[in-house]
Amino acid sequence: MDFKSCVNIRQEWDIVGARQLGREKAKELGFGTVDQARIATAISELARNIYLYAGTGKVRFEIVDQLDKKGLKIIAIDEGPGIRDVSQVMQDGYSTSGGLGAGLPGVKRLMDFFEIRTEWGEGTEIETIKWVR
Amino acid sequence: MRIPILKLQNYLLISIQIDLDDQSAIQFQEDLLNKIHKSGATGVVIDLTSVDIIDSFIAKVLGDVVTMSDLMGARVVLTGIQPAVAMTLIELGIHMQDVQTALDLEQGLIKLRQELEG
Repeated sequence: MDFKSCVNIRQEWDIVGARQLGREKAKELGFGTVDQARIATAISELARNIYLYAGTGKVRFEIVDQLDKKGLKIIAIDEGPGIRDVSQVMQDGYSTSGGLGAGLPGVKRLMDFFEIRTEWGEGTEIETIKWVR
Repeated sequence: MRIPILKLQNYLLISIQIDLDDQSAIQFQEDLLNKIHKSGATGVVIDLTSVDIIDSFIAKVLGDVVTMSDLMGARVVLTGIQPAVAMTLIELGIHMQDVQTALDLEQGLIKLRQELEG
């Protein structure tokens, strides 16, 4: 499959751009309406985190094609401050930005695979996958 | 992008038909409160039939606008939330418990009428 697979997050509008592209990819891959909404929402949360906490970064899409399953991988990368305490941001209701604090634990629930790689001062990379059912 | 707000007797009707970015959402919040103030509307229906994603930010803006309108004396009902959106919101951890909802615009107006006139 050939597609533009990366969205740079530089301004607020890019959040919408990222989730629209992600939804398109999800649709092409054969995800149902509910999974498309889950994926688009997860992307929106990840892209907003980049915009709010790192300023700039990117959201990359990859198709994962394994023998028995196919999925959409979403990778959110930034070179922002990083996350000091990962277990804290994974708590429901935790927010430093006055939001609803649904962010990362919510994304984890919406997706099938979720991994954070981060180092304080070095930036953050979040990898997440949704499998086509 | 500006979201049109229609007035019908004592009610304001809004149908959100764009993919809401943060700025449009905040603009809408301000526009709606101003319109309530100017028109003296007592009820508001925000129809979300065409909205296929509500993330935590948009949910917060919508929840806030309901509370703000309430402070000003106008009741808000959200209508037409799609099944996929409802499922996604709950999984995301957003419950919007203090928000009145109805299946569609018609039911929303009936609900408002019952509350405000009945």
